[in-house]
Amino acid sequence: MRISCPYCGERSIHEFSYRGDAGPTRPVTPAGTPVDPALLAFWIDYVYLRDNNPGLHRELWYHVGGCRAFLKVTRNVTTHAISQVEAVR
Amino acid sequence: MRYSIFTVLGQAMSGQKGWTPAWREPSPKATYDVVIVGGGGHGLATAYYLAKEHGLNNVAVVEKGWLGSGNIGRNTTIVRSNYGLDGNVPFYEWSLKLWEGLESDLNYNVMMSQRGVLNLVHSDAQRDAAIRRGNAMRLHGVDGDYLTRDQLRPILPFLDFDNARFPIQGGLLQRRGGTARHDAVAWGYARAADQRGVDILQNCEVTGIRLNSGRVEGVETSRGFIGARKVGLACAGNSGRVAAMAGLRLPIESHVLQAFVSEGLKPTLPNVITFGAGHFYISQSDKGGLVFGGDIDGYNSYAQRGNMPVVEDVMAEGVSMIPAMSRLRVLRSWGGIMDMSMDGSPIIDKTSIEGLYLNAGWCIGGFKATPASGWCFAHTIARDQPHALNAAYRLDRFATGHLVDERGAGAFPYLQ
Repeated sequence: MRISCPYCGERSIHEFSYRGDAGPTRPVTPAGTPVDPALLAFWIDYVYLRDNNPGLHRELWYHVGGCRAFLKVTRNVTTHAISQVEAVR
Repeated sequence: MRYSIFTVLGQAMSGQKGWTPAWREPSPKATYDVVIVGGGGHGLATAYYLAKEHGLNNVAVVEKGWLGSGNIGRNTTIVRSNYGLDGNVPFYEWSLKLWEGLESDLNYNVMMSQRGVLNLVHSDAQRDAAIRRGNAMRLHGVDGDYLTRDQLRPILPFLDFDNARFPIQGGLLQRRGGTARHDAVAWGYARAADQRGVDILQNCEVTGIRLNSGRVEGVETSRGFIGARKVGLACAGNSGRVAAMAGLRLPIESHVLQAFVSEGLKPTLPNVITFGAGHFYISQSDKGGLVFGGDIDGYNSYAQRGNMPVVEDVMAEGVSMIPAMSRLRVLRSWGGIMDMSMDGSPIIDKTSIEGLYLNAGWCIGGFKATPASGWCFAHTIARDQPHALNAAYRLDRFATGHLVDERGAGAFPYLQ
Protein backbone atom coordinates (compact mmCIF):
# COMPACT_ATOMS: atom_id res chain seq x y z
CA MET A 1 0.00 0.00 0.00
CA ARG A 2 1.24 3.48 -0.86
CA ILE A 3 -0.37 6.76 0.13
CA SER A 4 -0.10 9.96 -1.93
CA CYS A 5 0.46 12.62 0.68
CA PRO A 6 -0.73 16.01 -0.66
CA TYR A 7 2.47 17.61 0.70
CA CYS A 8 5.13 14.93 0.12
CA GLY A 9 3.93 12.89 -2.84
CA GLU A 10 3.47 9.12 -3.01
CA ARG A 11 5.10 7.29 -0.09
CA SER A 12 5.15 3.77 1.33
CA ILE A 13 2.83 3.10 4.28
CA HIS A 14 5.99 2.48 6.33
CA GLU A 15 5.95 6.25 6.84
CA PHE A 16 2.37 6.43 8.03
CA SER A 17 0.61 5.58 11.25
CA TYR A 18 -3.05 4.55 11.26
CA ARG A 19 -5.30 6.71 13.40
CA GLY A 20 -8.65 5.01 12.98
CA ASP A 21 -12.03 5.37 11.39
CA ALA A 22 -12.79 8.94 10.25
CA GLY A 23 -16.52 8.25 10.13
CA PRO A 24 -17.73 8.73 13.73
CA THR A 25 -18.33 12.35 14.67
CA ARG A 26 -17.68 13.49 18.20
CA PRO A 27 -20.86 14.61 20.00
CA VAL A 28 -20.92 18.28 20.92
CA THR A 29 -21.29 18.78 24.66
CA PRO A 30 -20.88 22.36 25.87
CA ALA A 31 -18.83 22.67 29.04
CA GLY A 32 -20.87 22.35 32.22
CA THR A 33 -23.72 20.43 30.58
CA PRO A 34 -25.02 17.76 32.94
CA VAL A 35 -24.76 14.21 31.61
CA ASP A 36 -28.11 13.13 30.27
CA PRO A 37 -28.81 9.56 29.13
CA ALA A 38 -29.78 10.60 25.61
CA LEU A 39 -26.40 12.20 25.08
CA LEU A 40 -24.71 9.17 26.63
CA ALA A 41 -26.09 7.03 23.82
CA PHE A 42 -24.37 9.30 21.29
CA TRP A 43 -21.10 8.95 23.17
CA ILE A 44 -21.33 5.16 23.30
CA ASP A 45 -22.04 5.20 19.60
CA TYR A 46 -19.09 7.49 18.90
CA VAL A 47 -16.57 5.63 21.04
CA TYR A 48 -17.57 1.99 20.46
CA LEU A 49 -19.92 1.30 17.56
CA ARG A 50 -18.75 1.01 13.95
CA ASP A 51 -20.42 0.44 10.59
CA ASN A 52 -17.53 -1.86 9.62
CA ASN A 53 -18.71 -2.29 6.04
CA PRO A 54 -16.65 -3.85 3.27
CA GLY A 55 -15.91 -1.45 0.41
CA LEU A 56 -15.06 2.24 0.74
CA HIS A 57 -13.82 3.40 4.14
CA ARG A 58 -12.84 6.90 5.28
CA GLU A 59 -10.00 6.81 7.76
CA LEU A 60 -7.23 8.89 9.30
CA TRP A 61 -3.52 8.36 8.69
CA TYR A 62 -0.73 10.35 10.34
CA HIS A 63 2.34 10.97 8.18
CA VAL A 64 4.63 10.48 11.15
CA GLY A 65 7.70 9.65 9.05
CA GLY A 66 7.21 12.65 6.79
CA CYS A 67 5.44 15.99 7.09
CA ARG A 68 3.45 14.95 10.20
CA ALA A 69 0.18 15.97 8.59
CA PHE A 70 -3.05 14.14 9.42
CA LEU A 71 -4.66 12.81 6.27
CA LYS A 72 -8.18 11.68 5.56
CA VAL A 73 -7.88 8.70 3.21
CA THR A 74 -10.68 7.01 1.29
CA ARG A 75 -9.69 3.39 0.81
CA ASN A 76 -11.47 0.24 -0.31
CA VAL A 77 -11.00 -2.14 2.61
CA THR A 78 -11.75 -5.14 0.39
CA THR A 79 -9.06 -4.38 -2.21
CA HIS A 80 -6.85 -1.89 -0.29
CA ALA A 81 -7.13 0.51 -3.29
CA ILE A 82 -6.89 4.17 -2.23
CA SER A 83 -9.16 6.52 -4.16
CA GLN A 84 -8.77 9.83 -2.32
CA VAL A 85 -6.35 11.51 0.08
CA GLU A 86 -6.98 14.92 1.59
CA ALA A 87 -5.33 16.88 4.37
CA VAL A 88 -7.32 17.26 7.58
CA ARG A 89 -7.79 20.87 8.47
CA MET B 1 -17.98 -45.08 10.95
CA ARG B 2 -16.13 -45.01 14.24
CA TYR B 3 -12.41 -44.34 13.92
CA SER B 4 -10.06 -46.58 15.87
CA ILE B 5 -6.84 -48.52 15.47
CA PHE B 6 -8.93 -51.42 14.17
CA THR B 7 -10.56 -49.39 11.38
CA VAL B 8 -7.15 -48.03 10.41
CA LEU B 9 -5.64 -51.54 10.28
CA GLY B 10 -8.68 -52.95 8.53
CA GLN B 11 -8.51 -50.27 5.85
CA ALA B 12 -4.78 -50.84 5.44
CA MET B 13 -5.50 -54.51 4.69
CA SER B 14 -8.32 -53.73 2.24
CA GLY B 15 -6.58 -51.07 0.15
CA GLN B 16 -8.16 -48.04 1.89
CA LYS B 17 -11.31 -48.54 -0.19
CA GLY B 18 -13.87 -48.66 2.61
CA TRP B 19 -13.65 -45.12 3.99
CA THR B 20 -16.93 -43.22 3.96
CA PRO B 21 -17.40 -39.41 3.83
CA ALA B 22 -16.89 -37.81 7.24
CA TRP B 23 -20.18 -35.90 6.95
CA ARG B 24 -23.27 -35.79 4.74
CA GLU B 25 -24.07 -33.09 2.19
CA PRO B 26 -27.77 -32.60 2.89
CA SER B 27 -30.20 -30.26 1.15
CA PRO B 28 -31.57 -27.48 3.34
CA LYS B 29 -34.80 -28.28 5.18
CA ALA B 30 -37.55 -25.65 5.22
CA THR B 31 -37.09 -24.91 8.92
CA TYR B 32 -34.75 -25.70 11.78
CA ASP B 33 -34.87 -25.10 15.50
CA VAL B 34 -31.52 -23.35 15.31
CA VAL B 35 -29.50 -22.06 12.36
CA ILE B 36 -25.85 -21.22 13.00
CA VAL B 37 -24.38 -18.77 10.49
CA GLY B 38 -20.72 -19.59 9.90
CA GLY B 39 -19.17 -23.01 9.34
CA GLY B 40 -15.87 -22.30 11.03
CA GLY B 41 -14.57 -23.69 14.28
CA HIS B 42 -16.88 -21.74 16.58
CA GLY B 43 -20.00 -22.34 14.49
CA LEU B 44 -19.39 -26.07 14.15
CA ALA B 45 -18.53 -26.40 17.85
CA THR B 46 -21.74 -24.56 18.73
CA ALA B 47 -23.79 -26.96 16.61
CA TYR B 48 -22.05 -29.94 18.17
CA TYR B 49 -22.68 -28.82 21.75
CA LEU B 50 -26.27 -27.83 20.94
CA ALA B 51 -26.83 -31.45 19.92
CA LYS B 52 -24.70 -33.07 22.60
CA GLU B 53 -25.42 -30.96 25.69
CA HIS B 54 -28.90 -29.65 24.96
CA GLY B 55 -30.51 -32.35 22.84
CA LEU B 56 -31.16 -29.97 19.94
CA ASN B 57 -30.65 -32.05 16.79
CA ASN B 58 -32.75 -30.06 14.35
CA VAL B 59 -29.85 -27.68 13.72
CA ALA B 60 -28.15 -26.38 10.57
CA VAL B 61 -24.80 -24.71 10.07
CA VAL B 62 -24.77 -22.49 6.98
CA GLU B 63 -21.41 -21.59 5.46
CA LYS B 64 -20.85 -19.28 2.49
CA GLY B 65 -17.77 -21.13 1.24
CA TRP B 66 -16.41 -24.53 2.13
CA LEU B 67 -16.26 -25.78 5.66
CA GLY B 68 -13.46 -24.24 7.68
CA SER B 69 -12.38 -21.83 4.93
CA GLY B 70 -11.92 -18.90 7.28
CA ASN B 71 -9.83 -18.34 10.36
CA ILE B 72 -10.04 -21.91 11.69
CA GLY B 73 -7.68 -22.85 8.85
CA ARG B 74 -5.59 -19.69 8.98
CA ASN B 75 -4.45 -19.35 12.59
CA THR B 76 -1.17 -20.29 14.24
CA THR B 77 -2.81 -23.17 16.17
CA ILE B 78 -1.87 -22.07 19.70
CA VAL B 79 -3.93 -23.28 22.64
CA ARG B 80 -3.47 -21.74 26.11
CA SER B 81 -5.35 -20.29 29.09
CA ASN B 82 -2.74 -17.91 30.50
CA TYR B 83 -5.00 -14.91 31.03
CA GLY B 84 -5.06 -12.52 33.96
CA LEU B 85 -8.57 -11.09 34.31
CA ASP B 86 -11.40 -12.70 36.26
CA GLY B 87 -13.79 -12.57 33.30
CA ASN B 88 -11.29 -14.42 31.11
CA VAL B 89 -9.45 -17.03 33.18
CA PRO B 90 -12.32 -19.46 33.97
CA PHE B 91 -13.59 -19.28 30.38
CA TYR B 92 -10.25 -20.04 28.75
CA GLU B 93 -9.44 -22.68 31.36
CA TRP B 94 -12.73 -24.43 30.59
CA SER B 95 -11.71 -24.27 26.95
CA LEU B 96 -8.36 -25.89 27.72
CA LYS B 97 -10.12 -28.60 29.73
CA LEU B 98 -12.37 -29.30 26.74
CA TRP B 99 -9.27 -29.40 24.50
CA GLU B 100 -7.74 -32.01 26.80
CA GLY B 101 -10.68 -34.35 26.26
CA LEU B 102 -11.56 -33.32 22.73
CA GLU B 103 -10.12 -36.23 20.80
CA SER B 104 -12.00 -38.91 22.71
CA ASP B 105 -15.11 -36.74 22.80
CA LEU B 106 -15.13 -36.23 19.01
CA ASN B 107 -13.50 -39.56 18.10
CA TYR B 108 -11.18 -37.52 15.91
CA ASN B 109 -7.45 -36.91 16.09
CA VAL B 110 -7.02 -33.14 16.43
CA MET B 111 -3.32 -33.68 17.21
CA MET B 112 -3.58 -31.80 20.50
CA SER B 113 -0.04 -31.41 21.76
CA GLN B 114 0.48 -29.95 25.25
CA ARG B 115 4.03 -28.87 24.61
CA GLY B 116 3.82 -25.73 26.77
CA VAL B 117 3.44 -22.03 26.03
CA LEU B 118 6.26 -19.76 27.20
CA ASN B 119 5.88 -15.97 27.40
CA LEU B 120 9.35 -14.38 27.56
CA VAL B 121 9.98 -11.23 29.59
CA HIS B 122 12.73 -8.70 28.98
CA SER B 123 12.48 -6.16 31.80
CA ASP B 124 11.82 -5.95 35.54
CA ALA B 125 8.34 -4.56 34.94
CA GLN B 126 7.49 -7.36 32.54
CA ARG B 127 8.80 -9.94 34.99
CA ASP B 128 6.58 -8.55 37.75
CA ALA B 129 3.57 -8.52 35.42
CA ALA B 130 4.26 -12.10 34.33
CA ILE B 131 4.59 -13.34 37.92
CA ARG B 132 1.42 -11.51 38.87
CA ARG B 133 -0.44 -13.06 35.93
CA GLY B 134 0.95 -16.47 36.87
CA ASN B 135 -0.35 -15.96 40.41
CA ALA B 136 -3.77 -14.91 39.11
CA MET B 137 -3.85 -18.08 37.03
CA ARG B 138 -2.88 -20.29 39.97
CA LEU B 139 -5.59 -18.69 42.13
CA HIS B 140 -8.03 -19.91 39.48
CA GLY B 141 -6.47 -23.39 39.54
CA VAL B 142 -4.61 -22.93 36.25
CA ASP B 143 -1.01 -24.06 35.97
CA GLY B 144 1.64 -21.40 35.44
CA ASP B 145 5.32 -21.35 36.39
CA TYR B 146 7.77 -18.50 36.25
CA LEU B 147 11.18 -19.66 35.03
CA THR B 148 14.33 -17.59 35.38
CA ARG B 149 16.83 -17.18 32.54
CA ASP B 150 19.12 -19.71 34.18
CA GLN B 151 16.31 -22.24 34.15
CA LEU B 152 15.49 -21.45 30.51
CA ARG B 153 19.03 -21.51 29.10
CA PRO B 154 19.53 -25.29 29.08
CA ILE B 155 16.04 -25.94 27.64
CA LEU B 156 16.10 -23.29 24.91
CA PRO B 157 19.78 -22.68 24.06
CA PHE B 158 18.94 -21.07 20.70
CA LEU B 159 17.32 -17.99 22.28
CA ASP B 160 19.30 -14.74 22.26
CA PHE B 161 19.49 -14.37 26.05
CA ASP B 162 22.03 -11.56 25.93
CA ASN B 163 20.45 -9.48 23.19
CA ALA B 164 21.70 -5.92 23.76
CA ARG B 165 18.26 -4.34 23.51
CA PHE B 166 15.98 -7.14 24.70
CA PRO B 167 17.90 -9.40 27.09
CA ILE B 168 15.75 -12.32 28.23
CA GLN B 169 15.07 -12.22 31.96
CA GLY B 170 12.85 -15.25 32.19
CA GLY B 171 9.40 -16.35 31.19
CA LEU B 172 5.98 -17.52 32.28
CA LEU B 173 5.43 -21.11 31.22
CA GLN B 174 2.04 -22.77 31.00
CA ARG B 175 2.92 -26.42 30.55
CA ARG B 176 -0.63 -27.50 29.68
CA GLY B 177 -0.77 -25.06 26.75
CA GLY B 178 0.37 -26.11 23.30
CA THR B 179 -0.89 -26.54 19.78
CA ALA B 180 -3.57 -28.46 17.90
CA ARG B 181 -4.07 -29.26 14.22
CA HIS B 182 -6.43 -26.44 13.26
CA ASP B 183 -8.15 -27.96 10.20
CA ALA B 184 -8.73 -31.19 12.08
CA VAL B 185 -10.61 -29.25 14.75
CA ALA B 186 -13.11 -28.05 12.14
CA TRP B 187 -13.36 -31.50 10.54
CA GLY B 188 -13.70 -33.24 13.90
CA TYR B 189 -16.51 -30.95 15.08
CA ALA B 190 -18.22 -31.18 11.68
CA ARG B 191 -18.16 -34.97 11.69
CA ALA B 192 -19.28 -35.25 15.31
CA ALA B 193 -22.09 -32.71 14.80
CA ASP B 194 -23.20 -34.45 11.59
CA GLN B 195 -23.38 -37.77 13.42
CA ARG B 196 -25.77 -36.15 15.89
CA GLY B 197 -28.06 -35.02 13.08
CA VAL B 198 -26.79 -31.49 12.41
CA ASP B 199 -27.08 -30.43 8.75
CA ILE B 200 -23.91 -28.77 7.46
CA LEU B 201 -24.82 -26.62 4.45
CA GLN B 202 -21.74 -25.54 2.55
CA ASN B 203 -21.76 -22.97 -0.27
CA CYS B 204 -24.86 -21.51 1.31
CA GLU B 205 -24.30 -17.78 1.77
CA VAL B 206 -26.60 -15.79 4.03
CA THR B 207 -27.90 -12.77 2.13
CA GLY B 208 -30.43 -11.53 4.65
CA ILE B 209 -31.94 -12.13 8.08
CA ARG B 210 -35.75 -12.17 8.08
CA LEU B 211 -37.31 -10.41 11.04
CA ASN B 212 -40.92 -9.98 12.06
CA SER B 213 -41.81 -7.44 14.77
CA GLY B 214 -38.49 -7.73 16.59
CA ARG B 215 -38.26 -11.53 16.25
CA VAL B 216 -36.08 -13.56 13.99
CA GLU B 217 -37.87 -15.84 11.49
CA GLY B 218 -34.97 -17.27 9.53
CA VAL B 219 -32.24 -16.49 7.05
CA GLU B 220 -32.32 -15.73 3.34
CA THR B 221 -29.54 -17.65 1.65
CA SER B 222 -28.13 -18.32 -1.80
CA ARG B 223 -29.95 -21.68 -1.54
CA GLY B 224 -33.29 -20.15 -0.59
CA PHE B 225 -35.03 -19.10 2.61
CA ILE B 226 -34.38 -21.23 5.68
CA GLY B 227 -36.73 -20.76 8.59
CA ALA B 228 -35.41 -20.86 12.15
CA ARG B 229 -36.72 -20.27 15.65
CA LYS B 230 -33.26 -19.14 16.67
CA VAL B 231 -30.29 -17.88 14.68
CA GLY B 232 -26.75 -17.77 16.05
CA LEU B 233 -24.10 -15.68 14.31
CA ALA B 234 -20.54 -17.00 14.43
CA CYS B 235 -19.07 -15.14 11.45
CA ALA B 236 -15.70 -13.93 12.80
CA GLY B 237 -14.36 -11.22 10.46
CA ASN B 238 -17.68 -10.92 8.67
CA SER B 239 -19.69 -10.36 11.88
CA GLY B 240 -20.28 -6.70 11.07
CA ARG B 241 -21.64 -7.45 7.60
CA VAL B 242 -23.99 -10.17 8.79
CA ALA B 243 -25.19 -8.29 11.89
CA ALA B 244 -25.96 -5.32 9.62
CA MET B 245 -28.50 -7.54 7.83
CA ALA B 246 -30.48 -7.48 11.08
CA GLY B 247 -29.90 -3.75 11.52
CA LEU B 248 -27.30 -4.14 14.28
CA ARG B 249 -24.13 -2.08 14.63
CA LEU B 250 -21.40 -3.83 16.58
CA PRO B 251 -18.44 -2.63 18.68
CA ILE B 252 -16.22 -4.40 16.15
CA GLU B 253 -13.85 -3.50 13.31
CA SER B 254 -12.46 -6.02 10.82
CA HIS B 255 -8.68 -6.10 10.48
CA VAL B 256 -6.18 -8.35 8.74
CA LEU B 257 -3.72 -10.55 10.65
CA GLN B 258 -0.89 -12.27 8.79
CA ALA B 259 0.75 -15.60 9.57
CA PHE B 260 3.85 -17.27 8.20
CA VAL B 261 5.41 -20.69 7.86
CA SER B 262 9.04 -21.52 7.16
CA GLU B 263 10.64 -24.42 5.35
CA GLY B 264 10.67 -27.67 7.31
CA LEU B 265 13.30 -28.31 9.98
CA LYS B 266 14.22 -31.19 12.20
CA PRO B 267 12.67 -30.85 15.68
CA THR B 268 13.95 -27.49 16.94
CA LEU B 269 11.37 -25.66 19.03
CA PRO B 270 10.11 -27.80 21.91
CA ASN B 271 7.18 -25.51 22.72
CA VAL B 272 5.33 -22.33 21.82
CA ILE B 273 7.45 -19.27 22.54
CA THR B 274 6.32 -15.65 22.55
CA PHE B 275 8.58 -12.60 22.41
CA GLY B 276 7.82 -10.07 25.13
CA ALA B 277 9.50 -7.01 23.67
CA GLY B 278 7.02 -6.86 20.84
CA HIS B 279 4.27 -9.16 19.71
CA PHE B 280 5.56 -12.37 18.20
CA TYR B 281 4.69 -16.04 18.70
CA ILE B 282 6.23 -19.13 17.19
CA SER B 283 5.91 -22.89 17.32
CA GLN B 284 6.97 -25.81 15.16
CA SER B 285 4.39 -27.82 13.27
CA ASP B 286 4.54 -31.60 13.16
CA LYS B 287 5.65 -31.30 9.51
CA GLY B 288 8.66 -29.32 10.75
CA GLY B 289 7.88 -25.80 9.54
CA LEU B 290 8.09 -22.94 12.00
CA VAL B 291 4.67 -21.31 12.26
CA PHE B 292 4.71 -17.73 13.44
CA GLY B 293 2.99 -14.37 13.46
CA GLY B 294 2.80 -11.01 15.15
CA ASP B 295 0.52 -8.00 15.26
CA ILE B 296 -2.43 -7.23 13.02
CA ASP B 297 -1.57 -4.90 10.14
CA GLY B 298 -3.41 -2.14 11.97
CA TYR B 299 -5.87 -0.76 9.43
CA ASN B 300 -9.42 -1.86 8.65
CA SER B 301 -9.44 -4.63 6.08
CA TYR B 302 -11.62 -7.30 4.53
CA ALA B 303 -8.78 -8.50 2.27
CA GLN B 304 -7.25 -11.79 3.38
CA ARG B 305 -3.75 -10.51 2.75
CA GLY B 306 -1.51 -7.92 4.38
CA ASN B 307 1.32 -5.53 3.65
CA MET B 308 5.09 -5.36 3.99
CA PRO B 309 5.61 -3.26 7.15
CA VAL B 310 4.15 -6.01 9.36
CA VAL B 311 6.01 -8.73 7.42
CA GLU B 312 9.31 -6.94 8.12
CA ASP B 313 8.36 -6.28 11.74
CA VAL B 314 7.49 -9.93 12.37
CA MET B 315 10.73 -11.18 10.78
CA ALA B 316 12.78 -8.66 12.79
CA GLU B 317 11.16 -9.78 16.04
CA GLY B 318 11.76 -13.43 15.22
CA VAL B 319 15.42 -12.85 14.42
CA SER B 320 16.02 -10.80 17.56
CA MET B 321 14.59 -13.66 19.66
CA ILE B 322 16.07 -16.58 17.70
CA PRO B 323 19.05 -15.33 15.63
CA ALA B 324 19.29 -18.68 13.79
CA MET B 325 15.95 -17.85 12.15
CA SER B 326 17.78 -15.42 9.85
CA ARG B 327 19.01 -18.46 7.87
CA LEU B 328 15.51 -19.77 7.27
CA ARG B 329 13.39 -19.30 4.19
CA VAL B 330 9.74 -18.41 4.55
CA LEU B 331 7.58 -20.74 2.51
CA ARG B 332 4.19 -19.14 2.75
CA SER B 333 2.34 -16.23 4.29
CA TRP B 334 -1.37 -15.54 4.38
CA GLY B 335 -3.93 -13.37 6.08
CA GLY B 336 -7.19 -13.78 7.95
CA ILE B 337 -9.85 -11.25 8.88
CA MET B 338 -10.12 -10.64 12.60
CA ASP B 339 -13.25 -9.33 14.31
CA MET B 340 -11.43 -6.82 16.51
CA SER B 341 -13.64 -5.78 19.40
CA MET B 342 -13.30 -2.46 21.21
CA ASP B 343 -11.79 -3.96 24.37
CA GLY B 344 -9.99 -6.95 22.91
CA SER B 345 -12.44 -9.46 24.39
CA PRO B 346 -15.19 -11.47 22.72
CA ILE B 347 -18.97 -11.22 22.79
CA ILE B 348 -21.17 -14.28 23.43
CA ASP B 349 -24.64 -12.96 24.12
CA LYS B 350 -28.25 -12.46 23.13
CA THR B 351 -29.01 -9.42 21.00
CA SER B 352 -31.83 -6.87 21.12
CA ILE B 353 -33.66 -9.03 18.55
CA GLU B 354 -35.54 -12.00 20.00
CA GLY B 355 -34.08 -15.28 18.79
CA LEU B 356 -30.89 -13.73 17.42
CA TYR B 357 -27.62 -14.55 19.21
CA LEU B 358 -24.13 -13.23 18.66
CA ASN B 359 -20.72 -14.87 18.96
CA ALA B 360 -18.07 -12.39 17.77
CA GLY B 361 -15.17 -10.14 18.65
CA TRP B 362 -12.51 -12.85 19.03
CA CYS B 363 -9.77 -10.49 17.88
CA ILE B 364 -6.56 -12.43 17.25
CA GLY B 365 -7.21 -15.20 19.79
CA GLY B 366 -10.23 -17.19 18.70
CA PHE B 367 -8.64 -20.56 18.00
CA LYS B 368 -7.85 -21.56 21.58
CA ALA B 369 -11.39 -20.56 22.55
CA THR B 370 -13.08 -22.79 19.96
CA PRO B 371 -14.41 -25.50 22.33
CA ALA B 372 -15.54 -23.19 25.14
CA SER B 373 -16.93 -20.65 22.70
CA GLY B 374 -19.11 -23.32 21.10
CA TRP B 375 -20.01 -24.77 24.50
CA CYS B 376 -21.03 -21.39 25.98
CA PHE B 377 -22.75 -20.17 22.82
CA ALA B 378 -24.77 -23.39 22.68
CA HIS B 379 -25.80 -22.84 26.32
CA THR B 380 -26.71 -19.20 25.63
CA ILE B 381 -28.85 -20.19 22.63
CA ALA B 382 -30.51 -23.24 24.18
CA ARG B 383 -31.28 -21.69 27.59
CA ASP B 384 -31.76 -18.16 26.28
CA GLN B 385 -29.31 -16.84 28.86
CA PRO B 386 -25.53 -16.74 29.19
CA HIS B 387 -23.64 -19.34 31.21
CA ALA B 388 -21.58 -18.06 34.16
CA LEU B 389 -18.44 -18.72 32.07
CA ASN B 390 -19.43 -16.22 29.37
CA ALA B 391 -21.31 -13.82 31.65
CA ALA B 392 -18.58 -11.20 31.23
CA TYR B 393 -18.80 -11.31 27.43
CA ARG B 394 -21.97 -9.20 27.27
CA LEU B 395 -22.81 -7.14 24.21
CA ASP B 396 -23.97 -4.24 26.40
CA ARG B 397 -20.74 -4.03 28.44
CA PHE B 398 -19.57 -1.16 26.25
CA ALA B 399 -22.58 0.87 27.36
CA THR B 400 -22.39 -0.13 31.02
CA GLY B 401 -18.62 0.24 31.33
CA HIS B 402 -17.89 -3.37 32.29
CA LEU B 403 -15.10 -3.80 29.76
CA VAL B 404 -12.80 -6.83 29.78
CA ASP B 405 -9.67 -5.01 28.70
CA GLU B 406 -6.93 -7.62 29.13
CA ARG B 407 -4.43 -5.73 27.00
CA GLY B 408 -5.33 -2.29 28.33
CA ALA B 409 -5.20 -0.64 24.92
CA GLY B 410 -8.49 1.25 25.16
CA ALA B 411 -11.20 1.47 22.52
CA PHE B 412 -8.75 1.32 19.62
CA PRO B 413 -9.05 -1.97 17.74
CA TYR B 414 -6.06 -1.15 15.55
CA LEU B 415 -3.88 -1.14 18.68
CA GLN B 416 -5.24 -4.36 20.22
